[in-house]
Amino acid sequence: MEFRFEIEGGNFSKAGTASSEVKKILKQLNVDPKIIKRTVVSLYEAEVNVVAHAYEGEMNVEIIPDKVSVTIQDKGPGIPDIDQAMQEGYSTATPKVREMGFGAGMGLPNIKKNSDQLNISSKVNVGTIVEIVNYLK
Amino acid sequence: MEKIHFYHALKVVEEVCIGCTHCMNVCPTSAIRVKNGIANINKNACVDCGECLKACPVNAIFVEQDDFTKIFNYKQRVALLPTVLLGQFPDEIKEEQIYAVIKELGFTHVYEVDETADILTDVTKNYMHKNYQNRPFISSFCPAIVRLIQVKFPALVDHIIHLKPVIDISALFYRKKLMDEGFQREEIGIFYVTPCAAKIAAVKSPVGTEEMLIDGVINMDFIYNKVLLSIKQNKEKAKEVPLKRHLSRRMIGWTLTNGEASQYSGRCLAIDEIHNVIEVLEKLENEVISDVDFLELRACDHSCAGGVLATENRFLAIERLRKRAAYHHKNRPEILKEREIEKYRSYLLDNISIKNIEPRSIVSLDTDMMVAMGKMKKINRIMRVLPGIDCGACGAPRCQALAEDIVQGKAKMTQCVFLQKMLVKEELISPQESFDISEKTWGKERFEKKNIKGK
Ligand SMILES: Nc1ncnc2c1ncn2[C@@H]1O[C@H](COP(=O)(O)OP(=O)(O)O)[C@@H](O)[C@H]1O
Ligand SMILES: [Mg+2]
Repeated sequence: MEFRFEIEGGNFSKAGTASSEVKKILKQLNVDPKIIKRTVVSLYEAEVNVVAHAYEGEMNVEIIPDKVSVTIQDKGPGIPDIDQAMQEGYSTATPKVREMGFGAGMGLPNIKKNSDQLNISSKVNVGTIVEIVNYLK
Repeated sequence: MEKIHFYHALKVVEEVCIGCTHCMNVCPTSAIRVKNGIANINKNACVDCGECLKACPVNAIFVEQDDFTKIFNYKQRVALLPTVLLGQFPDEIKEEQIYAVIKELGFTHVYEVDETADILTDVTKNYMHKNYQNRPFISSFCPAIVRLIQVKFPALVDHIIHLKPVIDISALFYRKKLMDEGFQREEIGIFYVTPCAAKIAAVKSPVGTEEMLIDGVINMDFIYNKVLLSIKQNKEKAKEVPLKRHLSRRMIGWTLTNGEASQYSGRCLAIDEIHNVIEVLEKLENEVISDVDFLELRACDHSCAGGVLATENRFLAIERLRKRAAYHHKNRPEILKEREIEKYRSYLLDNISIKNIEPRSIVSLDTDMMVAMGKMKKINRIMRVLPGIDCGACGAPRCQALAEDIVQGKAKMTQCVFLQKMLVKEELISPQESFDISEKTWGKERFEKKNIKGK
């Protein structure tokens, strides 16, 4: 089963809508609450990263019996050094974004922690693709 | 999953119900459907919040209470009063008069339920300290909220503080006290005067415990009427019952919004009204709200003052309760046996925990994930043909709900009036068949009464 959600860059008031929709679907599918939690936390962080750092993006969700695999793809500045971005506390967020409670540099590490597979690819000035896979059993 | 039966205090009087869908549309757990022109409440989904009762234009929904004469099955008859009760009466009516009338009705003891709030507060502080990893903590105060979390937010059940609510602690306390005074357990009947339906459901089918701590429930509006009637008829003049004890200002505030949240340190939020609570629980589930220590969540607007069985306007009731609290605080009324409860502290502490609060999701489409997935695909397909305007004419609150009902075998596609029109036009069903379907949803009478061609 496949679902697609748009993500609007810069619109923090809508940040989290896509991951919230995925949560509803997983609840209906009777997925273990602990797995739902992990999945939603990682999707939320990836979604917020599009809102905070990119211009626009989309979340594509595929649910097949044993796993949920999600691709969050954006048009944006891209990440020049992914290893560095993955470090806890590393952030290029502006003070303004930090004032809003985002930009603690914990997003990517949190995704790593809450997903079974994580793959990030990025091209500077083009965009970023984050792929997250969580097993449902 | 659907085996256990839950007691619900909200009942529909079929003879009175006109199947108008008001209740169906406001139910926060989508527990109501209209069939044969009558509202039907799904027992697995209902959390006894009382929104349906408030929305009903013809008073077809009521709160079932125990037969009052049941109190006389006991030698010792304890009335456990909710703090909001005293806020229901005009200022001229004194507490002593109210107590007197309640005794006149047949009770041997009258106590206020929030008497044990201080003990619960202490234990809760300890509990939160010990179970730090379960932060944020959700109060177990409001039974409608506990049930709401069980059915709609099953992932959050472990955040509910596994301690008995004050009503149960007070019931334990007073029963033990009377037993220590020499009465047998069976001689003591404890009756709670309830401002809401959820408390009744909690008394009749308690969550996380098998003990029945309270023997019966009396609706607050019943007591209200009795007291007013008696005072208006001037019966009580002579024998006012002197009060031995007043609740402290803090205990009076306990049932009102922020009564609990104000007791604890850290980040504490107080949220009332069930839709507000749902909004916050959604966020909590997504972990969008982090770093909160304690959540006081109550189903009624302005907490228990807004209970469905409250008769007085909630703002007025709250103002009176605050006045009462301030008055006692200032005038330091004579408080006898002030620390009597202290003697019972260790007994209460031994009995204060509750066991598992079971999640019982109404959200999942099937326990088998594969089957659930198949159902979800069907629902999505059905949603493409339904009009999506949530008119409710099919007897379900939203198109999505109808689609789910169809997939669960509880409804038919043809219940949708839009589809009916299309099917008639395509000559796939006859106008008579379409009419028959509508009769099934709305009941025969609904159509009989109308005479559209005029006299
Ligand atoms: N989708 C993205 N597009 C561009 N840069 C990103 C994206 N996601 C993450 N980054 C970069 O990686 C850094 C670390 O991300 P993260 O760990 O989520 O921390 P934060 O978002 O709090 O800054 C960000 O500050 C940003 O520079
Ligand atoms: Mg981030």
